[in-house]
Amino acid sequence: MLVLGLDIGSRTVDAVWIQDGAVADRAVLDAGYEPQAAAAQLAARNAIDRIVATGYGRHAAAERLGAAVITEIGAYAIGAASLHPEARSILDIGGQDTKVIRLGPGGRVLDFEMNDKCAAGTGRFLEVMAKALGCEIGELGTMALATPEAATVSSMCTVFAESEVVGLLHRGEPRERVARGLHEAVARRALAMLRRVRAEPPLVFAGGGALNPALVQLIADGLGGEALVAAHPQTLGALGAALHGLREEA
Amino acid sequence: MSDATVDYRPMWRELGMDLEAHDPLLAAIPQLYADAYLNQKDRPEGMAYFDFVMSEIHGLRIKELQDHRAAGGTVIGTFCVYVPEEIIRALGGLSVGLCAGAEWAYDQVEHLLPRTTCALVKSAMGFKLGRVCPYVESADLVVGETTCDGKKKAYELFGELAPVYVMELPQMKRPQDLELWRGELDRLVAKLEEISGRTLTFEALQRATKEVNDKRRALQRLNAARAATPLPISGKDALLAVQVAFYDDVPRFTQMVNAIAAELEQRVAEGRGVAPASAPRVLVTGSPMSIPNWKVHDLVEKAGGVVVAEELCTGSRYYEKLVAEDATTVEGLLDDIAEKYLDINCACFTPNPGRIDDVLRLAEEHAADGILHYALQFCAPYQIEATSVERAAEKARLPVLRVDTDYSMEDVGQLGTRIEAFLEMLAH
Repeated sequence: MLVLGLDIGSRTVDAVWIQDGAVADRAVLDAGYEPQAAAAQLAARNAIDRIVATGYGRHAAAERLGAAVITEIGAYAIGAASLHPEARSILDIGGQDTKVIRLGPGGRVLDFEMNDKCAAGTGRFLEVMAKALGCEIGELGTMALATPEAATVSSMCTVFAESEVVGLLHRGEPRERVARGLHEAVARRALAMLRRVRAEPPLVFAGGGALNPALVQLIADGLGGEALVAAHPQTLGALGAALHGLREEA
Repeated sequence: MSDATVDYRPMWRELGMDLEAHDPLLAAIPQLYADAYLNQKDRPEGMAYFDFVMSEIHGLRIKELQDHRAAGGTVIGTFCVYVPEEIIRALGGLSVGLCAGAEWAYDQVEHLLPRTTCALVKSAMGFKLGRVCPYVESADLVVGETTCDGKKKAYELFGELAPVYVMELPQMKRPQDLELWRGELDRLVAKLEEISGRTLTFEALQRATKEVNDKRRALQRLNAARAATPLPISGKDALLAVQVAFYDDVPRFTQMVNAIAAELEQRVAEGRGVAPASAPRVLVTGSPMSIPNWKVHDLVEKAGGVVVAEELCTGSRYYEKLVAEDATTVEGLLDDIAEKYLDINCACFTPNPGRIDDVLRLAEEHAADGILHYALQFCAPYQIEATSVERAAEKARLPVLRVDTDYSMEDVGQLGTRIEAFLEMLAH
């Protein structure tokens, strides 16, 4: 029995295949301008018995691929609980979404919050800022960790913050300090969301944002504890979706 | 109901409406309605009446209002459940809720009101400025009230566009507040006597009280059926019934709603529902929802949940309380009317523990699994009171999803996901 979990997000399409209860493979594809095509491509790789889709494109995948659906909230909860049964909260910083979840025993969702209609403080925000700072998204976190001092970035709007960054650089701020300031702003926002749902440790950190070492450190500092970075953090939603598929089967 | 398509354009032109702007609005409503309503499975047959009402929303009903005026009656526009329909009817008036449920002419509105005004107030102003609401154009008088700051201040500007009379609704419920409110009823009577040229009589007020109570009783009966599992009628259909109650002909509406209620009682007896018994049951509470604002109900029910009750002005606040019918004088009836209306629990009151009790009671009566707190952005009374609702719900172990939104569709993607996740949470 081969189950495919697909997380069709705004920036990437993530996949996890589960064969007889164990993860057989995973993949992360650029969503590009045709996320459903990327999803279909992943679905066509093997002869699968069942697909469960989550993320932004889940309903389209239900129509096109006959996938069952689960929300990102549900999928992340299942995925996180499978890796860290002791987890009591989740932070996911994805491409255009930030979500926080408070968990009860067994990975039950007790409360959650998502950013509303705008992508402020999400992965996309950092992507744009990396460009403004002339580095790759993968280097941005390391750059921020190069200094303990942060330049003040007051805007969380992707468009305004980009202008603000350009202004700071023109005034001669070192880009490390600017990078640090940007990460602190994103972390502050995420921590405020966590407080709103009264998240408790242990916290599982997932999504592309968990690949960023500066965010991991700032979140851990803000919590006064450790942030458990999910193994393969970008595919945690896909893992949860696939596991949900197994449950549905049973 | 005739098969011939009636041309209402001469009537609208007569009313001074902007026909060019009105055409696209009128063309959009059937589409909106079809998307939200006509695809529902296994609707009660009696809902055909509401399909008809909606198809004639700016047509036949407006014609009836004109006929009523031609026969010497008045049309009184309102925006709020605190304006006593009994008094309006007793003085030969028809009470109609005015258009306030969709974004319209915001470009013009924002010359007068801040962008950060709630959608309800902006919409009402937009429909008037754009001259596309035949109800307000038919109104001999618009009766406003001092429920929230947004409405209170907007009426000053609205008064430049239409004849407006504002009632002072107190915001506490002490004896002296009731006294003030009772005086406001006398002043409303005087104003309506002046407009109508009639004098308030006991017989007319008693009859009107009975008629409006009967309308409320019919809605109570319909809503009582929503305690059943599986649910015999969708939340969307039940919401529509209350929305239409604000402007439809009272005896006809009462009769039609009673017929639907009887049909629902039959369904409950047969265990027949519009959704599986396992569908998560949601109570909706918060700001009012005017036609065609079906946004939240639509998202909940398309995601597989059901709305089992509305603690809204377009819900239980409209029909739950009745005016006592045993008074023997005009003064006595007015006392009872004053008491009944001041007993409604709007978030504009402080403190407002009655609303929390209502929410918890309705949740229990309707076996709700969770509460969706709906507030319009910039509707401070409901947005702030959401915290008290959340606290009480937590004590009662009822999960709450807080939704702050407006009439635009730009947040439906995220909102849909939040609602779906909430329903998944309730299903566990």
